[in-house]
Amino acid sequence: MGSNMAECHPVAFRWPMKAKLNGAKLIHVDPRFTRTSAVADLHVPIRAGSDIAFLGGLINHVIHSERWNKDPFFKDYTVHYTNLATIVNEDFKDTEDLEGVFSGLMGYKEPDFWPYNGFLGRYDNKTWQYERGPKPPGPTTEEVIKQRGSFDDLLRSLRKGTAKSDPTLQHPRCVFQLLRKHFSRYTPEMVEQICGCPKEKFLRVAETLLENSGRDRTSAFAYAVAWTQHTYGVQIISCCALLEQLTGNMGRPGGGIMALRGHAAIQGSTDVPTLYHSIHGYLNAPSAVRPHDTLRDYLAAETPPTGYWANGPKWMVSYLKSVYGDAATPENDFGYDWHPKILGDHSHMACFAAMNEGKIKGAVIVGQNPATSLNGTATRRALRQLDWLVVKDNWLTETATHWYLGPEVKNGEVKIADIKTEIFFFPSTQIAEYDGSYTNTQRMLQWHSMAAKAPGDCRTDSWFYHNLAKRLKKAYADSKLSRDQGWKNVTWDFDPDPGETPLYPGEISALKVLREINGYATGNPKQHLKGFGELKDDGSTTCASWIYCGCFPAWDQNLTARREPDPPGVPGAHLKWGWAWPANRRNIYNRASADLNGNPWSERKRWVWWDPNFVNPPDPKTGKPIPRGKWVGYDVPDFTLTMPPSHQGKPDGIIMEPLSGTDAYIMRPEGKGWIFVPSGLVDGPFPTHYEPHESPVQNLLYPKQQSSPVHKVWSQGKPWNQLAAPVGDPKYPYVITTYRLTEHYLAGAMSRWLPWLSELQPELFIELGKDLAREKGIKNLDHVIISTPRSHVRAKALVTDRIGVLKVAGKTIHHVGMPWHWGWMGLSTGDVVNDLTAWVGDPNVSIHEGKAFVCNVERA
Amino acid sequence: MPEPMGFFTDTTVCIGCKACEVACKEWNQLPAENGGVRELSGDSYDNTRRLDGIHWRHVRFIEQFKGPYDGRWLMMSDVCKHCVQAGCLEVCPTGAIIRTEFDTVVIQSDVCNGCRACIAACPFGVIDINPVSGTAQKCTLCYDRLKVGLEPACSKACPTDSIQFGSIAELRARAQKRVEQLKAQGVDAHLYGAEPSGPLGGLNSFYLLVDKDEVYGLPHNPQLPTRNLTKSASWSVASAAVLGVLALVGLRKRRMDEHAGGGAGGTGHAS
Repeated sequence: MGSNMAECHPVAFRWPMKAKLNGAKLIHVDPRFTRTSAVADLHVPIRAGSDIAFLGGLINHVIHSERWNKDPFFKDYTVHYTNLATIVNEDFKDTEDLEGVFSGLMGYKEPDFWPYNGFLGRYDNKTWQYERGPKPPGPTTEEVIKQRGSFDDLLRSLRKGTAKSDPTLQHPRCVFQLLRKHFSRYTPEMVEQICGCPKEKFLRVAETLLENSGRDRTSAFAYAVAWTQHTYGVQIISCCALLEQLTGNMGRPGGGIMALRGHAAIQGSTDVPTLYHSIHGYLNAPSAVRPHDTLRDYLAAETPPTGYWANGPKWMVSYLKSVYGDAATPENDFGYDWHPKILGDHSHMACFAAMNEGKIKGAVIVGQNPATSLNGTATRRALRQLDWLVVKDNWLTETATHWYLGPEVKNGEVKIADIKTEIFFFPSTQIAEYDGSYTNTQRMLQWHSMAAKAPGDCRTDSWFYHNLAKRLKKAYADSKLSRDQGWKNVTWDFDPDPGETPLYPGEISALKVLREINGYATGNPKQHLKGFGELKDDGSTTCASWIYCGCFPAWDQNLTARREPDPPGVPGAHLKWGWAWPANRRNIYNRASADLNGNPWSERKRWVWWDPNFVNPPDPKTGKPIPRGKWVGYDVPDFTLTMPPSHQGKPDGIIMEPLSGTDAYIMRPEGKGWIFVPSGLVDGPFPTHYEPHESPVQNLLYPKQQSSPVHKVWSQGKPWNQLAAPVGDPKYPYVITTYRLTEHYLAGAMSRWLPWLSELQPELFIELGKDLAREKGIKNLDHVIISTPRSHVRAKALVTDRIGVLKVAGKTIHHVGMPWHWGWMGLSTGDVVNDLTAWVGDPNVSIHEGKAFVCNVERA
Repeated sequence: MPEPMGFFTDTTVCIGCKACEVACKEWNQLPAENGGVRELSGDSYDNTRRLDGIHWRHVRFIEQFKGPYDGRWLMMSDVCKHCVQAGCLEVCPTGAIIRTEFDTVVIQSDVCNGCRACIAACPFGVIDINPVSGTAQKCTLCYDRLKVGLEPACSKACPTDSIQFGSIAELRARAQKRVEQLKAQGVDAHLYGAEPSGPLGGLNSFYLLVDKDEVYGLPHNPQLPTRNLTKSASWSVASAAVLGVLALVGLRKRRMDEHAGGGAGGTGHAS
């Protein structure tokens, strides 16, 4: 679901096809019958954007099924490994109580200093918390911060009382009972009404999932951006995680959720991020609008006191040591005050909204083609407000040429002479023209070497940033301003060592960057760290990204360069192929692949288990003997290696101390998977069906709450982001979804200039059903005009039965779809489909709603 | 001698990604049509449309639907069949088309004179003139790669192993097993070109299909261009015989006429 894996991830799709040859059932739930549907055992058409109704229906079906209630496996897994038995605060009110919203909903007012956050509303999540026993005694957090106490004392001050639970699942406020109530109206009939898929097909999916979940069998979900690009995208994924926990599929071989990333190293770009809201390793970015005044304030706000994340102070201090080197000392909070702080939402649309209002002076665009993305008309308008623009790409993309070839310039709306922007173009190398690493969707780092020299004066991205940083360092070297102290103190040592030849003049050493990311003993860069377990919060370790710590465990051991597959016929975690974070673990939360006593749930699904007879060597630090027993298996166990399944945690402890031998979800503060999500999501603790911002039908489940009450709309009321009426706008009667094709790549910079790919999909098209074509008098290959309140585009019609009519809420809804790869440059050209999309998006991650909106279609 | 080698294409696992087409063009340095600037065909996702001198692989897309979402989408990567009895090879007047040590059929560009005889002779419409070389071209089963122990570019690139390369004997066994597996699942699958006793002595590139051969653009009973030679030859013999008889009759008549004339004329000749 939410993925057209065969078309968009054809290489990874090798494995589902292998599984199918071995007897696995492949189901594709999608608004279109695609190349994935073509090889699936079952294709279930649903209306774009109705995924939570479908998944919620599955949840409702599962918890009322005979199998789930009779097979003890499901209760063993959910009661012990998830928070299904945990009791929630009595002030919590569900969407069933409040007609589609949760308790804690508040209004939202944009702050003057950065009015580009877009929220329609906000939740205060204090009523979403667990019911807890008394808080352990000790100094308060404020006192520890004031006294500059130790980071462990800070964690102690953050402890809460133990959460209450009812393993019989009878308590009316336990998560299970709340879940039952929350999804009680997500019946097969309701699924049929909302999603437009026949009830029988939905039930076949539900039964197949149940039959293939349990001790002996597991089921996995694969999703991609068709789940993220919604105003409730994170909640769709959360809903799937809920279902996978409920069916005992998480942490087990053949189970879990595959997040198929958008391109080859996009996982790496969020791990060692190009994101505004997180620093390395998913630590939240210090923020000026959060209580982040000092390092201790930041850690108190962002660190849970228990669970593995409670090691956050060690990761943060080691990160600051990597940024500021010797200048980072315990006395100056390791340079925390020099670190930039965010002001709010600085994501793509927020920045372009600000740019449109003249708040951003310059932009560096690398490996992206915004002139063809997200409400392209508004985006190009924003680009025209810049003083300067740098584009670094393989070709003169639409972003580099919008000022003289953009549609607004060509139709005379905009005159070239009126554009003040100075534009610089840097020719760029391709990936095969330098050394580096990919991190793929499996979190696996694979080192790659240069295959060919780049033509002409093309430079790498690392060359660009390296030399820019060196020039900035020089520019700020003599500054006395306090705001420049950060730049003055940043360590920047990526020039190749003497004797090492750079790939290009002035190029960095890519290996040196990986060494810095892996980390080393402070002051001795040759002494690499072997894993994040070695990180310290006293400044004695330096590590740019804790999750990658261990990928380069010794000076001469670049584990990401390994290429040794497992022999055929063995279960095959392939631990010697590349290196996967964390700790080379291939399947996370894999403690859950064993039962409560540490034995595999079944022989067939053996993965990681407790070996009670394993003889441990004495503790290397203390020399004390360690009792027999160790977690072993095909994979790197995701658990304290010598903690027996019978271990009881210390309720008053910090970090891992309170966790017991069955607390498989070690990253969660209580060691249990979250079916109810008390924090971390801004739009609710349970997934709830909302309609897309623009939808042809009313929300059947919550008629008073059409769309998410807290989703984002940027540039509200501005002429460049006009929106259709929220329900059934008669001017835009059809549901449209946008997508990619195998033959092209994203915004086209890597495919539309390549003759061999361009000839395979030479022109933009719209896929529309035969009924709509008949109704509108459109024949195959006719030109049609597709319009939304933002813009209109022209495309050729591809009339097909692979997309068509769905019966939704008693209405017949026509569904159409368009690939969005095109622009005016390159060999294969076409209108910019993203000109149709709106600046509306998800409140957690600020992604736009490109997968479900409304449009009109007319013959040109 | 190496064993006969070839392709087994299992169309049921083809995802229509066209990696085979691109890998083939890249390895063999075949040009894009019109430099890549083309018009949408409107025939499903097939913008290649055919095999020819610059398209040595072609993925077909066959939409079979009764109504919205109700049907199936068949895909198949087509290529030269490397026939055991190859029509192209038979008719080539210059000897440019050869059978290799791998039992594959290869056109040697430097020997081909572009006479087009093979284009007409191929029962599958595989061959055409490559406008760059001016010679007839088609899949070589990556003869240059096979020579150095590499598999062909297309099967190497195929992510789902729809295109499988190997010895014909092994591929036939594998294909038979796959047909049985599909039949057990209720799928009406059959092999095309896997039988040595079948048309053209078997194809060294054979297919697993789930619909009639013609649905995939494959002739049900492909024939050699020389297939009518026996019939036409016998006609020739017969006509020769008739002509011979007529000639004899004619000759006799002439002689008789001569004879009669002489008798009639009575004078003049002293023969």
